[in-house]
Parts: sequence; C-alpha cells; structure tokens
Amino acid sequence: MAIFLNKDSKVIVQGMTGSTGMKHTKLMLADGTNIVGGVNPRKAGTSVDVDGTEIPVFGTVAEAIEKTGANVSVLFVPPAFSKAAVVEAIDAEIPLAVVITEGIAVHDSAAFWAYAKSKGNKTRIIGPNCPGLITPGQSNAGIIPGDITKPGRIGLVSKSGTLTYQMMYELRDIGFSSAVGIGGDPVIGTTHIDALAAFEADPDTDLIVMIGEIGGDAEERAADFIAKNVTKPVVGYVAGFTAPEGKTMGHAGAIVSGSSGTAAAKKEALEAAGVKVGKTPTETAKLARAILAG
Amino acid sequence: MDLFEYQARDLFAKHGVPVLAGEVIDTPEAAREATERLGGKSVVKAQVKVGGRGKAGGVKLAATPDEAVARATDILGMDIKGHTVHKVMIAELSPEIEAEYYVSYLLDRTNRTFLAMASVQGGMDIEEVAEKTPEALAKVPVNAVEGVDIVKAREIVALAKFPAEVAEGVAEALVTLWETFVAEDALLVEVNPLVKTKDGRILALDGKVSLDENADFRQPGHEALEDKDAANPLEAAAKEKNLNYVKLDGEVGIIGNGAGLVMSTLDVVAYAGENHGGVKPANFLDIGGGASAAVMANGLEIILGDPDVKSVFVNVFGGITACDEVANGIVQALQLLADKGEEVTKPLVVRLDGNNAELGRKILSDANHPLVQRVDTMDGAADKAAELAAAK
Repeated sequence: MAIFLNKDSKVIVQGMTGSTGMKHTKLMLADGTNIVGGVNPRKAGTSVDVDGTEIPVFGTVAEAIEKTGANVSVLFVPPAFSKAAVVEAIDAEIPLAVVITEGIAVHDSAAFWAYAKSKGNKTRIIGPNCPGLITPGQSNAGIIPGDITKPGRIGLVSKSGTLTYQMMYELRDIGFSSAVGIGGDPVIGTTHIDALAAFEADPDTDLIVMIGEIGGDAEERAADFIAKNVTKPVVGYVAGFTAPEGKTMGHAGAIVSGSSGTAAAKKEALEAAGVKVGKTPTETAKLARAILAG
Repeated sequence: MDLFEYQARDLFAKHGVPVLAGEVIDTPEAAREATERLGGKSVVKAQVKVGGRGKAGGVKLAATPDEAVARATDILGMDIKGHTVHKVMIAELSPEIEAEYYVSYLLDRTNRTFLAMASVQGGMDIEEVAEKTPEALAKVPVNAVEGVDIVKAREIVALAKFPAEVAEGVAEALVTLWETFVAEDALLVEVNPLVKTKDGRILALDGKVSLDENADFRQPGHEALEDKDAANPLEAAAKEKNLNYVKLDGEVGIIGNGAGLVMSTLDVVAYAGENHGGVKPANFLDIGGGASAAVMANGLEIILGDPDVKSVFVNVFGGITACDEVANGIVQALQLLADKGEEVTKPLVVRLDGNNAELGRKILSDANHPLVQRVDTMDGAADKAAELAAAK
C-alpha cells in the first residue's frame, strides 16, 4: 500500500534535462521508479538516454499525461520558473506534484497554493524545498537516497531532508512503508497532518515517526490532529531547541518569531497528545524500537 | 530581512502609500540642512529595528535647524534596548493628528494565505491590542492570486469598523500598501500608526517592512537595503562565501549538511554540553548537499576564525553526497588552510554516516591528522566535541 506513491506510479520529471534533474532522474530510475517522461518545451519531441533507458521529452505536462498516463510529477525547476511550472502541473490536473526546488519566493508558493485550492486541490503538492518521498522497494520521487533502508512498516514524515535520511538510517533494519519529506518553507503543500492521516489509513504502516522543527505552528496542529484522529503509535522529534529568536536557521520557514514557533512549545504539544518525543534522533529511533518491540 | 523605518518609508512612497517627507542622516550636522529643506522644523527619529524607541527618548521634535542638530547629537549613538543608533531620520512634522489606526499585510503560515490586519486602535503595540481587545483587530484573509483591489480594501475597512469619513481614504491606502507588499516581495508591511490629520489627510507615520530574501533574484534593489554594519563580522564573511551561517554564543563550532540535521546537531551538542561544564554550540553552519573540498575549506576557515570556538564538530550524513568526498574535502580543507599559512590548533571531531561512510572513515583514518578524531555516532561525537571544548 504505502502512501502517495507506489510501484504503479508513473512519474514525469519537470526540469529533467537540467543537470540536477538529470542526476536525480538517473538515481530514481536506479531505485526502480517508473519514469515515463520529462517535460521541457524547448526539447519536446526528443528523447534522452538515461543509463540505457530511453525517456521521451514532452512539451507540456498535459501532453505527457495524455501520452503516458503519468500521475506524478517531480519538479527540478529553478526558483524563478517554479511558480509557472507548478501552475502548469495543477492545470494538467496531475494527482501529485513533488516540488524539490529550494529558494522559491513566498509570494510564488502562496500563489500556487491558492491556485491549487481554487482548482479544487486535484493536485497534491509536496514541498517546495523538500527531498520528495520514497516508498522503498517500489518507487522514489525526489532525492531521498534509495539505498538507506528497505521496505518495512514505519511511516515517516519530516520537514527536513537530512533528518529524514538520518532517521531512515537509524531504523534501517526495520524498514519503512513510505517516507515523506514535506519541506522547510513557510508555505508548503502537504502538511504533517496530511501525511499522518494517510499513514493512519495505510494498512502497511504500524508506527509513524514525525519530525518537526522550529517555525510556524504545524507541529502543534499536528499534535491536535493526532490526539483526535490517530490510533497508531507516533514518535516525534523536533529540531531547533538552541535556535535564537528572529534568526532563520537554514530553512526559510525555520524561524522563532517572538515567543511563537519554539521547539519547546512543539515538543510540549506533541507530548500532551501522547506522542513520545526523543531528545536526539538516536533516542527517537530507540523510542520507536521500544514501541515496535511491544 | 527587516528594514529600517526610513527604508520602509521610501518603499511606501515609491508605491504611492501616503507618507511625509523624510531623509536619513548619520551625522548631527546634516540635520541642519535636512531640517532647512523641510521649512525649518522637523522630527528627529532614531532608526533602530526595535519597538519602543519613542519611550526611550529616540523621537524628538525640533523647532529650528539648530535644535535639530542638538537633538540628532543626543540621539545618534544612543542605546535603545541593546541597539545602537547609527542613523536618524529627519522627518516632516505631521499636521495635527485626530486619530491613529493600524494596518498591515503579512503571511499567515497556518492558513497558507496572506492576511490583512486592521484596527482603529493604532499607535500602540498591536500584540497588546490583539490580546486585550481582540474584537478591535480585524483579521481578513487575502487570497494570494486575487490580491487587494479597492473592493477588497473596502471590505477590510468595514470589518475593522473604520469611521465613515475616513473609510475611503484608508481603503485607498490599503490598496497602495498591498501594491508595496506584492511588488517588493514582502513578508510583512505594517503601518502603525496610520493617522487621520485635522486637515483630513490619511498618512502612514511609521512603518515596518520585512522582505523575502528568496525573492532577491527578481529584486535587484534589495541588496542595497541590507544593514551591513550591523551584521556580525563572521556572519558577513560567511555570507560573502555563500555559506548558510548563524553565529551563536557557545564554544563548539558546528559544520553539517542540511538545515534540519545542523539544527539537530546544535541541540545534541547543547545536551552533551550539560555534562561538560555547560558548553554550547558556537554557530549554525549548513554546507548543503554537495560538500566539496572548497566549500568545506570555506566553512572550516570561518569556524576556526571564531575566537569563541574551542572545538569543532563536523556532522555529515551522506545522502546523495558520498562520505568519501566529504572526507576528502576535510583532508583537503586542512591542507588548503595549512598552505595558506593558517595554523589549525583546534581539535575536530568528525562523524560520517550514510553513503560510502566506510570509505570516508578510512580516508580520515589514513590521513591520520593529529587534530582530527573520528567518532561514528552523532550522540557520541557530540559528547566528544563538548568534552574537548570544555577541556580547553
């Protein structure tokens, strides 16, 4: 089962022919992802040989969908062109758009989110500024390394890419149903809550690990959602206890503003919802192990 | 990036928000000419990025050019809540004020939309208004695609219960303020107070603007708005090298890859420090995915140049980046620094995990640098780095 992405997913890559897009298209293919095309209006009608696999390039997302039945798009489009690319994906009504790009202006992400909403949210957006998602053994849509771990019964949702990798590594012997990096920008498409709801409904997931960080109130709202709607065990980790107020810590959204968005408040909210929260990634992994061991 | 009041005023003026004349100066003598240009009277306003300057004595009236010089002399160099005043704005005197209001646009992260906030109780701390009389603060969602036209602005004005005689003027100001918000890629534009003067004008008397640095690619003018004097010298040096660095007040220098992992590293070091005399992280430094030798060298140079740093913790999880490349980067970086004649005397603790970790660890072991220690778990390495910092 897994969430959002499985072996039947047909993936296209917007920005495939750029250097980053090409590098990760190769890696995704190597992980068994069914990549059915790339999108680049200037190279429409051509095809690209990616390590022996011939991948056609289409002029538009709509054309790629029509010709291939694609249902996932991964975007490696530079920040200046990301809004137009996401809007194109929304117009084509692709069910899932994974926006890897870091550095998109908030006015652009707020605009494409508002646009997606106005179109009835037919396109699930993951990101921006995220590593994408992986369903180990089935499909990989983004830049999460495919060889850290194997298929298993833990679901992972995280704002941070490298902490996603770290946690998958810590629990590599158990394995994951799906791991979703939702991104560290102030405006993101898929939230902790969306992933929690999907993992709760996924019969292949027994336990959920949720990684948050300073900034905003997504973790607090997720805690509220967990208390009301999640029956599966949830283990949490929050980064940024030592972050000073008013400083952006790498991710555009990782900022403590006044007294809001602190790691302490997030940890407290999660614990109040019954989530076991680890002090370090390693300790968090231990908590997950203990629960799975019964 | 938060702007000074005078910069906000300039942006407001550029987009048609009604403001009074004003210019920024940094020497007392310049206050004279600036005041003369305003007809001989002015308000001398300290430029600091912190609230409460009026109460602190940072805003004074000057009835003559000489008085403006005297007031500027008083205010320049003043300390307001830890901020030294380096600049003052010489502003036109406001006509008599009849009422003070509040208006702003900002990002509402929770609802992933923009928000207009407006109140007829302006001139005071808006967080206080929100807390004590929440009904006096209208919060109106603004769709990022639709924006604010005069119809939407009238809706905001009506919801905030502005008196009829100012409604249209405030609505017009709200439209121009929205134009500022969008055209400048702002995260916040706030006018407090927006005033109604006795002669019937609506004026933005003080404002706050915060800009989105992710939009710099299409905002060529924004770089000039940066307050380079205020930046910590290490932060300024790191910025020049395109490094994502934040100076903190501890002793353990931190280098890692990925914002989340680096934030986590800071926390883990702070916890470990509790057992080692309370040492803390000295900085945040994310060298990103592709940690080449050159980037690693740049990072190490900044960290080692921080006199507060007693030990360094390099914490890398090889995702796409292979750890052997990172290990080579560290070895080459130390060599590069040695070649530059920079003596490295601070111990480095390195933890490598993930892609090609074994190979990376072997490279470090083979290099056998006297100052580099390998510890293969994050918690263990943090503990070692804290211990080394405490021992210095």
